[in-house]
Amino acid sequence: MSQSLDAYLLLACGLFAIGTFGFLARRNAIAMLMSVEIMLNAVNLAIVAFGMFIPALAGAGQVIALFVMAVAAAEATVGLAIVIAIYRNRRTPLVDEYASMRE
Amino acid sequence: MIDVSGLPILSLIIFAPLVGAIALAFVPGDNVRLVKQVALATTLVTLVLSLLAAVGFGAAAEYVLPGSEGSSGFRYVETVPWIPFFGILYRVGMDGISLLLVVLTTTLTTISVVYSFGPIKTRVKEYMISFLVLELGMIGVFLALDLFLFYIFWEIVLVPMYLIIGIWGGANRIYATIKFVLYTLVGSLLMLVAILATAFTFQAANGGDWTGAFDLLTLRAAGGFDPTLQLFCFIAFFLAFAIKVPMWPFHTWLPDAHVEAPTAGSVILAGVLLKLGGYGFIRFALPLYPQAAHDLAGIIVVLSLIAIIYGAIVAIVQPDLKKLIAYSSVSHMGFVTLGIFVFQEQALQGAVLQMINHGIITGALFLCVGVIYERTHDRTLARMGGLSKPTPVFAGVFGFFVFASLGLPGLAGFVGEFLVFVGTFAVSPVAAAIAAFVMVFAGVYLLWMFQRIAFGPVSDFLKGLGHHLTDMDRTEVLTLAPLFALTIIFGLYPAAILDLIQQPVTDLLVALGSAPATGLVP
Amino acid sequence: MGGMSFAADPHAGIAAVTQAGSTEQLLLTLLLVLPIVGFTLTVVLGRRLSRPWIIAVPTIIVVWAIATYLSVQALIGDAFHGGAIQTTIYEWIPAGAFSVSFDLFFDNLTAVMLLVVTTIGMLVHVYSIGYMAHDPGKWRFFAYLNLFMFSMLLLVLAANFLLVFAAWELVGLSSYLLIGFWYHKRSAALANKKAFLVNRVGDIGFALGIMAIWTTIGTLDFVQVFDLLPAQLAGGHIEQWMMVGICLLLFCGAMGKSAQFPLHVWLPDAMEGPTPVSALIHAATMVNAGVYLVARSSPLFATAPEALILVAAVGIFTAIFAASIAFTQKDIKRVLAYSTLSQLGYMFAALGVGAWTAAIFHLATHGIFKGLLFLGSGSVIHGVHEEQDMDKMGALRRKMPITHWTMLIGSLAIAGIPPLAGFFSKDEVLGEAFKLGFQWVWLIGVVVALMTAFYMFRLMGKTFYGESHVDPHVEPHVHESPPTMTVPLIILAVLSVVAGAYLGLPLGDSTIHHWLAPVFHPALETMGVHAEPYQLFGIDGALILVSVAVATIGMVAAWRMFGFFRIHDRLDTVRALTARVPTLYQGSFHKWYFDELNDLLFVRIGGRVADAFAWFDVHIIDGAVNGVATLTRRAGDEVRQSQTGRVQNYALGIAGGLILIAVILLLVGTR
Repeated sequence: MSQSLDAYLLLACGLFAIGTFGFLARRNAIAMLMSVEIMLNAVNLAIVAFGMFIPALAGAGQVIALFVMAVAAAEATVGLAIVIAIYRNRRTPLVDEYASMRE
Repeated sequence: MIDVSGLPILSLIIFAPLVGAIALAFVPGDNVRLVKQVALATTLVTLVLSLLAAVGFGAAAEYVLPGSEGSSGFRYVETVPWIPFFGILYRVGMDGISLLLVVLTTTLTTISVVYSFGPIKTRVKEYMISFLVLELGMIGVFLALDLFLFYIFWEIVLVPMYLIIGIWGGANRIYATIKFVLYTLVGSLLMLVAILATAFTFQAANGGDWTGAFDLLTLRAAGGFDPTLQLFCFIAFFLAFAIKVPMWPFHTWLPDAHVEAPTAGSVILAGVLLKLGGYGFIRFALPLYPQAAHDLAGIIVVLSLIAIIYGAIVAIVQPDLKKLIAYSSVSHMGFVTLGIFVFQEQALQGAVLQMINHGIITGALFLCVGVIYERTHDRTLARMGGLSKPTPVFAGVFGFFVFASLGLPGLAGFVGEFLVFVGTFAVSPVAAAIAAFVMVFAGVYLLWMFQRIAFGPVSDFLKGLGHHLTDMDRTEVLTLAPLFALTIIFGLYPAAILDLIQQPVTDLLVALGSAPATGLVP
Repeated sequence: MGGMSFAADPHAGIAAVTQAGSTEQLLLTLLLVLPIVGFTLTVVLGRRLSRPWIIAVPTIIVVWAIATYLSVQALIGDAFHGGAIQTTIYEWIPAGAFSVSFDLFFDNLTAVMLLVVTTIGMLVHVYSIGYMAHDPGKWRFFAYLNLFMFSMLLLVLAANFLLVFAAWELVGLSSYLLIGFWYHKRSAALANKKAFLVNRVGDIGFALGIMAIWTTIGTLDFVQVFDLLPAQLAGGHIEQWMMVGICLLLFCGAMGKSAQFPLHVWLPDAMEGPTPVSALIHAATMVNAGVYLVARSSPLFATAPEALILVAAVGIFTAIFAASIAFTQKDIKRVLAYSTLSQLGYMFAALGVGAWTAAIFHLATHGIFKGLLFLGSGSVIHGVHEEQDMDKMGALRRKMPITHWTMLIGSLAIAGIPPLAGFFSKDEVLGEAFKLGFQWVWLIGVVVALMTAFYMFRLMGKTFYGESHVDPHVEPHVHESPPTMTVPLIILAVLSVVAGAYLGLPLGDSTIHHWLAPVFHPALETMGVHAEPYQLFGIDGALILVSVAVATIGMVAAWRMFGFFRIHDRLDTVRALTARVPTLYQGSFHKWYFDELNDLLFVRIGGRVADAFAWFDVHIIDGAVNGVATLTRRAGDEVRQSQTGRVQNYALGIAGGLILIAVILLLVGTR
């Protein structure tokens, strides 16, 4: 365990950037969902790190992280369900074919 | 004689149409007969209630605002806390001006409902409900003494009128009704901002106490708002009212709305809705922001003069009867704003007279146009001609109102116009001289219109109608008869109005710091 | 305010005003109530009456009797001692300091006007029974006539300026209705509109004048205005230029109603109405309203000599201008219409030089003989089956003897041949103009007298003498009119003979001067005019000789050209003469192109201007409104393009926004 908060934050930042890039760049809806998971995990990492390094938080970081994980699981479930529904409808997982939010 | 002093008479007048409208909602729509009966009964009850208020008006006690000295000038005042947290009240009251306008409203609504029995054939129930809600809104505007309440009623008026034009109107009704609503909304939203600004300022000045922040009487008594606030609030109110009047250059919604509206809608539009603007100036804008009113009066007088002359000139070349009368309304209503903003006793009295008389006369003119339209389904002047022969009674009645609109002495239109003239002359002879040219222009458009309708040989178009071209029927005579009588009565005996408005006019001028001259003017 | 009574003030010279007694009050009220009741009843019942005049005519006869009784009481019985009586009916407009009562006022000027109005009005009513006998809409005609009588009586009885204005508009309305009586005729519908509108132009001035009077003097009541004016002028409350302005404004109104140049254009067209209307309204009564107004306001005009000069100039110019047109007109009624303009010009000239009494004298006599001439022309038109063109008349004197003799008397009277009515009044107008130092007015007036005599006898010659040019189909049916028409003619002819002598003698100290002296005394005092001794064998006699001489010359010239009695007409000479001066002839024939000028200015150019306004309204103002709407919609369309519907585009936006916020926080948050 490193003694510096910066290292954890840098790692979280990197993960978040990778997730963001993935979300923006990948055309496959499932890959985008995975990118979202990466971003969430980056945030989780940051939260846990803060929880450890800031005494006032008194370990509350872990609880928040657990909440986030629960929400992420729910989100992934719903998201996957939507993606599958759309896939059945449109016969493609590529999001740039989906423009029905336009109107 | 029924003693109305113990009753909440004003609330009864305001909410009687609402009761009728709710009752109508439970009447099956295909029972047209019952729908008409309920609607007529409601308007008649409202009319009678308003007349009872008029009869008891002289004897009713004037309301004294707690903590202030002297009378407020309002009678039958009812106060109920509505939204106490913000000090918003349900407060209604009546002075001479609102009494006249309320009676005008109830009279014209009754006439409109009766008139509509024939021409309106689709969705009669919804039409009548709209009319009753419209009546509620209009009466509420004339009676509200709380700014927030006033705003609510002001907006209520908009909805039924939107529907009346949009559903029962002519071919281009959607354009016209959207234009009407958007135009009016632009003004009224700004007014809402001004109302809130005023209330917040008052609350801040009173150490955070909201009591009376929306109450006209309290605000009026407090007075003395910061000049900048006055200026902005006045401009916001001005826009709302100027659009409603309508003043030049905010008038272009009016011809479209009139042309598309059904006859009864035009009657109410010209007869009452335009008066909301003039009334708003007198009741709210001037007493609340006197300083700003003084600062901007010069510009408004110029706009009024433009409206008077411009409306008349544009009316001359209108090919459509309703458009012609719509532009003549712009011209006539210019007298109202002119009379208000020269801040002179006679002019202000003339302005109020003009509001009432314009309501009666122009309402009647629109009814006359409706009479033609019912038979010809056309309003194009070029196709008319020689109606004196097949329809002599109509030609006579129409001619009567044409001359009333022209300002013939002895009929209602003259006194108001002349008082505005006299008052304006006393302040600015040049302005009066400019306005006086309307005497000729009004003659040109009205007489030309009358000539093309009533004189000359019967046009081929009218001949083609054959026996459909009948003279006025009993309903039409019945609807025009009261307006006919009022036009003569107010022309010969304007004291009936002048006595009622003397006190409010004097109070307003005192509030404005232009106390009326006593005795002979040097 | 009507309740006040003013004590006689010998220094100011204002005659006493007393509250009317109950009898007078009743009679004055009846003068107004009867005709308006007659009007209402005839409108309501007229269509069902077999004799539609049965209400209207007796009503006016009663009115005439009352008016005559009152006037004789005042003028001959001297019941009010030369003063005035005033009575309040009710308070009309109580608007604070602007308080106008429905007050009636009766003094000697009112009495003279009442006599003229009701006498001619009554005769015209009777005459119309015959003249309108075959018209299906005659109930309307009699109703309108009663409405007119009400308005005209109100005009002369009104006790304040605003009430006069009200009556002024109401006579305009009745005139409008009567000119357009045959509404199916397009020309009638155009003529009545023109009459009303031209009058309205003058009314702008009148209305502004009333406003100015109220603003400066503070009241509109005649008696109070005249009473307060001297002190306010002396005290400097009112500047003299204001009085000039007020008088000019009032005169604008008078110019409209009395059809003075350049507002004269409506009167000839007004002849579209039935001939009794032309006689009553457009010759004898309503057109005199302007003269009456100026005379009534004499105390105001007396303080504004500059305005009076303009009155004189406009009057005498109209006199010669209209006479020059009357020379060449072919329509018998138009000749008389231009003659009326010309004679009204005389009256204004008289007012302008300060000969107030002479103006009213001429008003009275002109009312009689011009009414006679119009009714006579109506009889002629009736006789030749609605033909008005004098080129299609001629030699009618044997077939219509009564009409001929009465019209001859009328023509002699208007020409100024002694001892008929026109001689006395015209001579007084011209003589006073000369003696008051307005020799130019006199000179033009004498020329007009010459022209008048000529065109009137041209009219007589073309109508009654020479050879017959009547349509051969009509010729056998030409007939004298029924007694209801000829009796009024005879009565007016008798009046034309005796009225002048009765009112105008003895010369220099005449009856009418005695009657009107109390009315005009204050004005004459203000102007500093004092009567000079009358010199029958001096200047006055010489002036009489000159006017009689020119009238005779004009008459004889017309005699020779248009063939009287045994003299053959010399229409060839006339044609040769007119061919020598084609410009003048055409100019006169086309009324100096005034109708064309008006058409160009007000119909064509005015119409274009109105069109331009309408274009401006639709394209600029409404265009701006619609433009804002279009702009909003366009902007919406543009912004909508950014909404692609693709999730990743939105996400990019979110990410970009996050980064932006982070950057801003970093920059700002460091402080």
